[in-house]
Amino acid sequence: MTNVLVCIKRVPDLGGEITLTADGMSVDDSSLGHTVSPHEECAVELAIQTAKATDGQATVLTLGSSEAVEQLRNALALGCTAAVHVEADAASYGPADVASAIAEVVRTHEAAGTTYDLVLLGNDASDTGDFQVGIRLSYLLDRPVVAGVSTLEVTGDRVTARGQSPDGGTEIYEVPLPAVLTVMEGGIEPRYPSIPGRMKAKKVQIEQAAPTGAPAGSGRLRLKLPPAQASSVTILGEGPEAAGAVVDLIEKLGVLR
Amino acid sequence: MTVLVLVETDESGASEVSRETLTFARSLGPDLHALVIGDGPAGLVEQLGAYGVSAVHHADGDAYTSYAAAAWAAAVVAACGDASVVMAAGTARGNEVLAHVACRLGAVMAANVVEVESAAASGPLQVSRQVLGGAAMEELRLEGPVAVLTVAGHACDPVEADAPASPVVTPLDVVVADSDLRARVVRTEPGEPDESGSLKSARVVVGAGRGAGSADGFGDLLELTELLDGALGVSRVVTSLGWRPHHEQVGQTGSRVSPDLYVACGISGAIQHWAGMSSSKTILAINNDADAPMVTKAHYAVIGDLHEIVPAINEELRRRRSA
Ligand SMILES: Cc1cc2nc3c(=O)[nH]c(=O)nc-3n(C[C@H](O)[C@H](O)[C@H](O)COP(=O)(O)OP(=O)(O)OC[C@H]3O[C@@H](n4cnc5c(N)ncnc54)[C@H](O)[C@@H]3O)c2cc1C
Ligand SMILES: Nc1ncnc2c1ncn2[C@@H]1O[C@H](COP(=O)(O)O)[C@@H](O)[C@H]1O
Repeated sequence: MTNVLVCIKRVPDLGGEITLTADGMSVDDSSLGHTVSPHEECAVELAIQTAKATDGQATVLTLGSSEAVEQLRNALALGCTAAVHVEADAASYGPADVASAIAEVVRTHEAAGTTYDLVLLGNDASDTGDFQVGIRLSYLLDRPVVAGVSTLEVTGDRVTARGQSPDGGTEIYEVPLPAVLTVMEGGIEPRYPSIPGRMKAKKVQIEQAAPTGAPAGSGRLRLKLPPAQASSVTILGEGPEAAGAVVDLIEKLGVLR
Repeated sequence: MTVLVLVETDESGASEVSRETLTFARSLGPDLHALVIGDGPAGLVEQLGAYGVSAVHHADGDAYTSYAAAAWAAAVVAACGDASVVMAAGTARGNEVLAHVACRLGAVMAANVVEVESAAASGPLQVSRQVLGGAAMEELRLEGPVAVLTVAGHACDPVEADAPASPVVTPLDVVVADSDLRARVVRTEPGEPDESGSLKSARVVVGAGRGAGSADGFGDLLELTELLDGALGVSRVVTSLGWRPHHEQVGQTGSRVSPDLYVACGISGAIQHWAGMSSSKTILAINNDADAPMVTKAHYAVIGDLHEIVPAINEELRRRRSA
């Protein structure tokens, strides 16, 4: 039985142009939808598959506002079996604060009899992109950590994790449980929620946890948008009719040998 | 101010992004140290000297025969001395190892920094880093005695120092705990052979992004590449989805190219992709969204479905060739 805890973060679903809030400290997401990063979608999928294969639990956790319950329900609809909501203003939490809050939940659950053999996180959050919450968590829990895992397999008291090596090949780790893994998208196809899944998710009681202690914060001073650049593009045309103009350009540039 | 840079190497020496990081680090202070792990290629020390490195720390031994991030971090901490800034390139390794280092030093870490905003001798370092997938920059204050940061790939050019240094090489005595080797690479499997050399030197690069549609969507793009005697470069989405091999990736975490012509097909133009091809002499975008950043930033563009446009270009090229 492998119990998995998977950590997700509610983030704005950025389409085209973004605008900042008046204080310049965050993205104005009032007219945006919200999601979790593709890495975390893959982490959720791996959590569900791993738990299912061994009759274990897949518990999803988020630290965020009350609205972040939406992301927990989505993960429950996909097949997570329990959810923990650490209600807090995620923007005032730096990566070390988030790791501490997650560690606190892990310890509390452990004291109550539930141990997590695996904690899965995304490799990097799509808003702050700190690349560190999972690693910080592993230090707080004194567990081994592998970053950037694309697939995993639990056998007995070990997990075999595969990820990309710097030269484009594959690196394989065998790590004793309990362990922390951060997941990179690409190794696995996340499933879509089913209607019965959604119905079931509505009924799950979400555990509320309050973080103890004030966060130290991230050190953010402000956000800045890149200056709008005047476009000087020459449109050669629309559709296949533009092929002649394209080849004229290629000939003019003299790049054909 | 002493700055320590964790240097990653390849067959040719310090990797391109590590040389960029050394260049970036040099702007902070005169005392530049480098850490090299494992066997470096021949000529590495001289190359580091050319980039202004005055001291090279070298970690070697059983703990470093295969990669373990925590053991690498132990080496960084051992080499740290009185450095006030520790840096690495914003690669998978760089971000991973420095996150471990930050935990061990009780420091904050800033990933994907592109600029130092203020570096007064007293007071914390202030930097700008990429956030929100590159859509915005964050100005961040790095409180604490040591600042730990990674530098976004291709945020600056790799430039040798005006005056080369003759680095002193010191073997590092690293105490690697058993717990540092709990997570260690036990096996590797080779990927496809790395052909990024021909991509970097190509006069024409045909770029392909998510707009290619699937792994089977590259036929016409490959034909265009061949007709133009160029190389195929792709976005990270394409490599993440496994449509094309990693060595074809262009961008911050891929190759930097500067061909005479870059034909960006079905690529939105995210800042991390742009970082890898912005120095192309001419950029031609083919995209069905006239408002995509790649289109507005390009020199030329064709609006529409690449699966209709690219075959038409191929046909026109073949027609003129046979005429
Ligand atoms: C730390 C970090 C590092 C990164 N490093 C890199 C990197 O090295 N390289 C890189 O590329 N990215 C990198 N990225 C990812 C980057 O942010 C973007 O997500 C990525 O470049 C988008 O790829 P894309 O343009 O192919 O896909 P999308 O952004 O999805 O864009 C697809 C484009 O194709 C167009 N399109 C769709 N269908 C068609 C069609 N039939 N015909 C014509 N046009 C069509 C769409 O209009 C759109 O403009 C990195 C991100 C992070 C956070
Ligand atoms: N507020 C949060 N709640 C739950 N998980 C989080 C939160 N912030 C970050 N994480 C997890 O940590 C990963 C890495 O985040 P980061 O280090 O901030 O890039 C994310 O992909 C999430 O899995």
